[in-house]
Amino acid sequence: MSAPLLDVRNITKSFGGFVALNDVSIHLAPGERLGLIGPNGSGKTTMINCVSGALFNDGGAIVFEGRDITKLPAYRRARLGIARSFQIPKPFRSMTVIENLLVPLEFAAWTRIDHGRINEEAFDILERIGLADLAHKNCGDLTQIDMRKLELARALAARPNLLISDEAMAGLSSEEVDEVLEILFTLNEGGVAVIMIEHIMRAVMRYSERIVVLDAGRKIAEGPPDDIVHNPDVERAYLGE
Amino acid sequence: MGRFWLGATGVFMAGLLFTGAVDNEFYFFSGYVILQGLIMATAWNILGGFTGYVNFGSAGFFAVGAYISVALHQALALPLPFLILASGMVCGLMGLATGYLTLRLKGIYFAISTLAMAIVLETVITNWEYVGGASGAYILTPKDSLFFASYVELLFMVMLIIAIAAVAFARYLSTSRTGKGLTAIRDDELAAECMGVPTLRLKLVSATAMGVFMGMAGAPFPFFITFVDPLSAFSLFIAVNAIAMPLIGGTKVWYGPVIGALILGLTQEITTVTISSELNLLIVGVVLIGFITLAPGGIVGLVQDFSRKRLRSKAAPSAGGDR
Repeated sequence: MSAPLLDVRNITKSFGGFVALNDVSIHLAPGERLGLIGPNGSGKTTMINCVSGALFNDGGAIVFEGRDITKLPAYRRARLGIARSFQIPKPFRSMTVIENLLVPLEFAAWTRIDHGRINEEAFDILERIGLADLAHKNCGDLTQIDMRKLELARALAARPNLLISDEAMAGLSSEEVDEVLEILFTLNEGGVAVIMIEHIMRAVMRYSERIVVLDAGRKIAEGPPDDIVHNPDVERAYLGE
Repeated sequence: MGRFWLGATGVFMAGLLFTGAVDNEFYFFSGYVILQGLIMATAWNILGGFTGYVNFGSAGFFAVGAYISVALHQALALPLPFLILASGMVCGLMGLATGYLTLRLKGIYFAISTLAMAIVLETVITNWEYVGGASGAYILTPKDSLFFASYVELLFMVMLIIAIAAVAFARYLSTSRTGKGLTAIRDDELAAECMGVPTLRLKLVSATAMGVFMGMAGAPFPFFITFVDPLSAFSLFIAVNAIAMPLIGGTKVWYGPVIGALILGLTQEITTVTISSELNLLIVGVVLIGFITLAPGGIVGLVQDFSRKRLRSKAAPSAGGDR
């Protein structure tokens, strides 16, 4: 097995007396597509908050590209190539669509890009995501699907090796889900590893090469999508006894 | 780039001409007060407007600047430019230090902590006997006013230079990469951090810059009023103006506080003469409430909304005609 891109080792995170993550380990190979699923409150978002640096884990270690990033602030992790989208879109509201992309280009990706070309770079990304027509629109005027696309476009502008997509498809119609899936497939073909958190089973089963299931802060199953569907523990977690 | 500096030079030359042509000192007293408001508004806006950290205590740095100036004047009799630089440095460092302590707080919690900080500063100054404590200190106006007719004309020109420096810095900041980071922080701090923006560092830069210009605005103050005590240096009127001016002008762009300072400052000076000086604070209050409820984007926001609507109403019929 090749060296993992991301190696989350036995991390624990509590909020007061509530244990959100209990000794969870996840690893991810370069270019892999991993699905992270689990019922509400199972710790998925806490997990990716810890990986992206929005929260610091209490115990355990996070290693990215062979480097221990457990103590690094979020912006340093973004510069190393970890990008994320947010469950509830968090656009920079006072900026236009293209200006939103300039922030990660000028900060997260700054040392890895040609400074003279950042506007073209931003435009290329918008073109790939299908937002080019809206480049100079105020992002407050976007529709739900375009807002989701903007989340992905902005994460992409950070030039990631690892993209964490937090429920990028929640609330979208079936066609829109396919559209976003297509984007994520293309992205992955470009070599970006993806962790997908999703409640839409159809999407996550189709997209993921491997799935990790969390329940009440613990990892209860891990394997290819077909095995996960028939796993009795997973059924129990979702449907109860 | 060129146009801004051309304008700045023009303003400076106009100021010089003004001191040469006008003898009535009243205009320079008024001008000084307006410029002081302009500098403070611009300083406040760097942290409160660009970065989105609303600060109720920043006028405390103005008072500290004034008192650093008093202390150094008494101890070493340094000339005014050194006092201004020293006040700017001390207040900048204080901005950095208090920023480090308070900038991890968000929203209302941050605002309250800055209010508490201003009260602590006032208590410290009130008990600092060397600069007069609660009873205040007299400053003798220096006899030498260079080639100006009076010392207040000199002070007016000094304030004009600081104002140009403050506005130039705010403008540079808002167009720089750092400024883009600050805007991202204001819009969504977590998203900014996850997009590689070093949020804590940029907030500290912003708080330091705010402190520097607040301190510089305060340094000439003792020479202007010649008697400074905690009541005048920590005056509510000065503190409220520093917040009201950017809010009225518009907080998102560098020229917002300039517009707000000119409009509010001029209105106040005119009412002082024509009606009464007691009415000033009431005017600020009423205008501020009006803007916060009716035009939260300030004058700049109003103009932008208006031009956007006109653009849309122009574009709409032709787009309909094409189809």
